[in-house]
Amino acid sequence: MAIRFEDFFRVDRLPHVFCPGCGIGVVMNCFFRAFNESGMNLKDTVFTGGIGCSARLPMYINGDMLHTTHGRAIPFATGLKMANPKLNVVVFAGDGDIGAIGGNHLINGCRRNVDLTVICINNNTYGMTGGQMSTTTPHGYLSSTSPEGNPEYPFDLSKLAAAAGANYVARWTVRHVHELVRSMEKALQKKGFAFIEVVATCPTGFGRRNKMGDPTQQLEWLKSISVRKERIKDEEMDQMDLNMQGLISVGEFVDRDRPSLHEILGRKVGRDAP
Amino acid sequence: MPDPKPGIEFMQGNDACTEGALAAGLRFFAGYPITPSTEITERLAHRLPEKGGVFLQMEDELACISAIVGASWGGAKAMTTTSGPGFSLMQEGIGYAAMTETPIVIVDVMRGGPSTGQPTMATQADVMQVKWGSHGDYQVIALAPFSVQESYDLTVEAFNLSEKYRVPAILLSDAEIAHMRGRIMIPERIDLVERKELCSDGSGRAYDIPDALVPPFATFGHGHRSFVTGMTHSPEGNIAPEDEKTQEELVIRLNEKILKNQKDISRFEIINPDAKKFVITYGSSALAAKEIAIEDRSIGLLRLKTIWPLPEEQILDVAQRARSILVVEMNMGQLVREIQRLACSIGCRSVRFMSKLGGDAPRKGDILPTLARMEG
Repeated sequence: MAIRFEDFFRVDRLPHVFCPGCGIGVVMNCFFRAFNESGMNLKDTVFTGGIGCSARLPMYINGDMLHTTHGRAIPFATGLKMANPKLNVVVFAGDGDIGAIGGNHLINGCRRNVDLTVICINNNTYGMTGGQMSTTTPHGYLSSTSPEGNPEYPFDLSKLAAAAGANYVARWTVRHVHELVRSMEKALQKKGFAFIEVVATCPTGFGRRNKMGDPTQQLEWLKSISVRKERIKDEEMDQMDLNMQGLISVGEFVDRDRPSLHEILGRKVGRDAP
Repeated sequence: MPDPKPGIEFMQGNDACTEGALAAGLRFFAGYPITPSTEITERLAHRLPEKGGVFLQMEDELACISAIVGASWGGAKAMTTTSGPGFSLMQEGIGYAAMTETPIVIVDVMRGGPSTGQPTMATQADVMQVKWGSHGDYQVIALAPFSVQESYDLTVEAFNLSEKYRVPAILLSDAEIAHMRGRIMIPERIDLVERKELCSDGSGRAYDIPDALVPPFATFGHGHRSFVTGMTHSPEGNIAPEDEKTQEELVIRLNEKILKNQKDISRFEIINPDAKKFVITYGSSALAAKEIAIEDRSIGLLRLKTIWPLPEEQILDVAQRARSILVVEMNMGQLVREIQRLACSIGCRSVRFMSKLGGDAPRKGDILPTLARMEG
């Protein structure tokens, strides 16, 4: 039976902390739909995140919630899932949380292939601290710590996750709500490490400084720069996502079934877990 | 590798610690290789899966401490081991565990520092880091073994105290104790303490019963809708980072639940209690001091097994009766300042300090000349 909106979310915690036009609301809505479709139940699901706007999302979901330290949500989730494999564990993290301070945990998490669903809301900035450049701020874009434009080149988190060994990797923007819901369903069902990058709006921290202060402008921008990966020639792919100056690829990048760590370790693992 | 049978065994300090952890109910271990603690990690790689537990080697110590906190909320007794450089990295997670009142055990096998220092040599220079290493006001429990036997016994105690008080408990071993081989008596049975689980009353609170110093634990997956955060939170688990009263009440409780139970947590050994000259020491610094006290009845010994919270009552008691006190430590003077503070508070001004640096535990010959010069 479908979970009602008011049972899924901790409505008693409203109002939420997110700014008008923030992409996190879209992710919450899509996740609610996907979770319902997946047939999972809240009692057996733990929602976790590190520090930052995106990591606050679990605070509004009515399951068990573990709000961890900055960057470390994946190892917290790894310990939790391996200690009690009966739990479903979902990580929500921002690009700062997972791409910078937690970058090592991300790649090792993908490699370790523990049965986790990791949803990275990439808004190209550190939103909660007021819009500093992050590891995914496009080259040349403005932020409060790159007043002359970002002199560095950004990470492509999806390609990083794919190369590091995740079982499922997809990237969408908050404009691709139907595709995102389907990917989330797949990720929730997938055994092993599933990673979804959602490129999201942050009008307050990122948009305003880059001539997209109106949320709809940033949504239009995301629409205009995203290209389905099927339409891109292989030789164009690397050039395309390296600097995110022009276009970004969206779609499912990896969908494989390497056995998860838990499956490999077999029945011994967590045999008598509570 | 089977469980050691009750009775006499011969093993290394690190192995005794490993067996103590397993006997205490360890179910999840996350480690990262570092000298001189690696034997624990290696032995658990065999032993823990055999016993149905989970062994993971993580990418760094930040991940180790995070993973064991996650495992603890999944209902498992969890541990990690490390040494100075890794212990420094773990401070972030220790503060988080203190704030979220997560029972975890950390074994810090102390080695000479600062930085990479002396990987294979002993020190006691992490004694203040254990207390103050993470930011903010918090308390932990730290126990210092002095023998192979205590590497086993105090590991069990660390688990029990951690479960009882919902707090990180640290076994403060060192390279000397860790690599010492010796006799150990494996007990027939040990008393285990399990965390008190929150009743499923549907209230969905991770932090319940605000008037109790140690709230019951809301294990994930038990329908509590647990809300666990390192941010300032009310007893109901609501975040309130800007509420002065919430912050004050929380921090006071996190400290008082340990400090008000000092008596219950204090473990120590006392020899020749009526002596006028006293040595106060702990861990491998006590190896020679204990021999001296056994041979010479005019020298008293207070050997601390609990380092934090400091067994103040016993230290004050010694300071009251002794004419002079010698504190022996393998550092530049860490616990001695606490002991001086306590002794001064009741008028005992003769507290001397003997420092042993370099990596070897002090020998009788290092201590005796100072003792001879002391007032008795």
